[in-house]
Amino acid sequence: MRFAGRLTLVATSLLFAALQARAETVKIGAAFSITGNAAVYGAQQKAGVLLAVEEVNKSGKLKGITLEVIVEDDATSKEQGIAVFQRFINRDKVSAIIGPTLSTTATAADPIAQQSRAPVVAVSNTAPKGITDIGDYIWRVSLTEAQVIPSALQNARAKLGFKNAALLYGNDDVFTKAGFDVMKAALEKEGIPIVEIQTFATKDRDFNAQLTALKGKNPDFLMVSALAEQAAGIVTQARQLGWNVPIMGGNGFNSPAFIKNAGQAAEGVYVGTSWNKASPDPVNQAFIAAMKAKGNDPDQFCAQAYTGVLVIAEAIREAGMKGGRDDVKAGFAKVKDLPTPLGKFSFLPNRDGNHAAAIQVVKGGRFEIVQ
Amino acid sequence: MGQQIVNGLFLGSIYALFALGYTLVFGVLDILNLAHQAVFMLCAYVALLLVGSLHLHMFAAFPLAVLAGGLLGVVVDRVAFKPLRGRSDSNISGLISSIALATILEAAGLQLFGPDVERFPLGTVPDRSVQIGGAIVSELQVVIIAIALVVMGALTFLVQRTRLGRRIRAVAESPLAARILGVNVDRVIAAAFFLSSALGAAAGVLFGLAFNNVAPDMGRAVELKGLAVIILGGMGSMPGAAVAGFALGLLEVFTVAKLGSSYRDAIAFGVLFLVLVLRPHGLFGKAALREA
Repeated sequence: MRFAGRLTLVATSLLFAALQARAETVKIGAAFSITGNAAVYGAQQKAGVLLAVEEVNKSGKLKGITLEVIVEDDATSKEQGIAVFQRFINRDKVSAIIGPTLSTTATAADPIAQQSRAPVVAVSNTAPKGITDIGDYIWRVSLTEAQVIPSALQNARAKLGFKNAALLYGNDDVFTKAGFDVMKAALEKEGIPIVEIQTFATKDRDFNAQLTALKGKNPDFLMVSALAEQAAGIVTQARQLGWNVPIMGGNGFNSPAFIKNAGQAAEGVYVGTSWNKASPDPVNQAFIAAMKAKGNDPDQFCAQAYTGVLVIAEAIREAGMKGGRDDVKAGFAKVKDLPTPLGKFSFLPNRDGNHAAAIQVVKGGRFEIVQ
Repeated sequence: MGQQIVNGLFLGSIYALFALGYTLVFGVLDILNLAHQAVFMLCAYVALLLVGSLHLHMFAAFPLAVLAGGLLGVVVDRVAFKPLRGRSDSNISGLISSIALATILEAAGLQLFGPDVERFPLGTVPDRSVQIGGAIVSELQVVIIAIALVVMGALTFLVQRTRLGRRIRAVAESPLAARILGVNVDRVIAAAFFLSSALGAAAGVLFGLAFNNVAPDMGRAVELKGLAVIILGGMGSMPGAAVAGFALGLLEVFTVAKLGSSYRDAIAFGVLFLVLVLRPHGLFGKAALREA
């Protein structure tokens, strides 16, 4: 009943829009980790979403529809993530939700949206399994590690020519564990022998024991699946142990915070990325310029969050300028080759995102795309 | 192998440093101050601010942070413990109020400094390392291990041989008797808190330097381990705390290297349990004398 009422309201407002260009507001909820372990990502994501909403509204692309975004803190916790989702769905009556930041939080919060039939766009969840698998209302912009890592590994191997590899990963976090599974599978697929595997816990700060054990096996290459918090510590301690093996990190390394905290030790570390910052594509260059004008140096998480809003706007357009929850969901399926900072963006049939991936290396304190 | 021993001793020296200050109040005075880890964290931030924002040299920032820790310790005593002193359940109620204070201080840290992990600026301490028989040891690690040993010696001397140490032990024995004999109980306890928290601050700064990691939840990483080390070493024993710290560090490092990080805490606390079953007073503890 309420739903039908809502549809009528949307229809009527569209009629009015045609007659007197009356503005309708479509609300988007954004749940990001502004505090907690993943706070390094949350600030960038928030900046990306705010810029995108501002630009979409200014462009007049959605005739008569104004986007309004509500940003809430998921505090890097499942409990808080669930609470924020419930608030978005029941109180704020949003048409779509962007977030939450971590895959671990998403596995807890997304089922709430699925039950309430509220579409979700994941912009930073990269766990290969268990995100879009939750249901047909869960869509994803971020490439999974399974999409990024194999091509990054091939790239690194062509450059470095290593014969074997060792692995280090956090085994108590959904994201780092999933990243490890992908790394292991990619190494096996490439026929690169794995000489040693070591683990750590999310709260750890001392990695000397693991690194010494790995170093003892003398591998040519080290792959690490960790969040940015531990990434800097791992790389710094490896170099302090006098171990200069080439290191490739998972998505968690993909943050300027990693370079800032690891300093000199970050030099030469390889990271796969779903955002080619150096891409000359005008959409990408315009995004970087607009972000810098706001005093923020964008990273991948910023570009993905920005793209998340573009995708929702495109879905509303594809749905015939309708901003209801099911309109947005139906619109997602029609998004095809949308120009975004990430490249031409489409959804795969399983609702995961699809666009080109790249590999970067830390050089002179910044990420540089490896051509 | 040699490198793993160095890793273990280094990790152990961090535990020992944290536990030595802790045990002056917990092991000797029998007061469990759960705000110790908050002092540890806040003073790491104090040093970080002095070095990062005021551009002080580490040699100047370190004593200032330690002094700040000591003063904060006196505040902890005044706020969380003193008002409750003299009540029959003062140990338990003090413990609870110190949890409250720890939570408040941690929230203040979160509010003031934000949740992000911060690090000391590059080059705060020299990045040199030496090679000892195939193992690489950084100068900072050598300094930290040395400081842990010196602190152990100094505290043992303080408690056993000095006037203040005697007074602390007298207060631990019986505050009433100590007061009758002319000891200013409140001042002695405040002095113990000052020393204990100053050492906690030193441990916090060194921890932040050693792991390039200063965060509002850093105290939580060592709080439980510190308690385990005190109990393992024997309540009130300074050499016990140091030896237990090193032993726990070595045990953890070899568990991680041989069995994997998932078993670390299980093995560490399993051994603690075993020691308590076999030696209820810990490795160096004496049987309780104050039974009645």
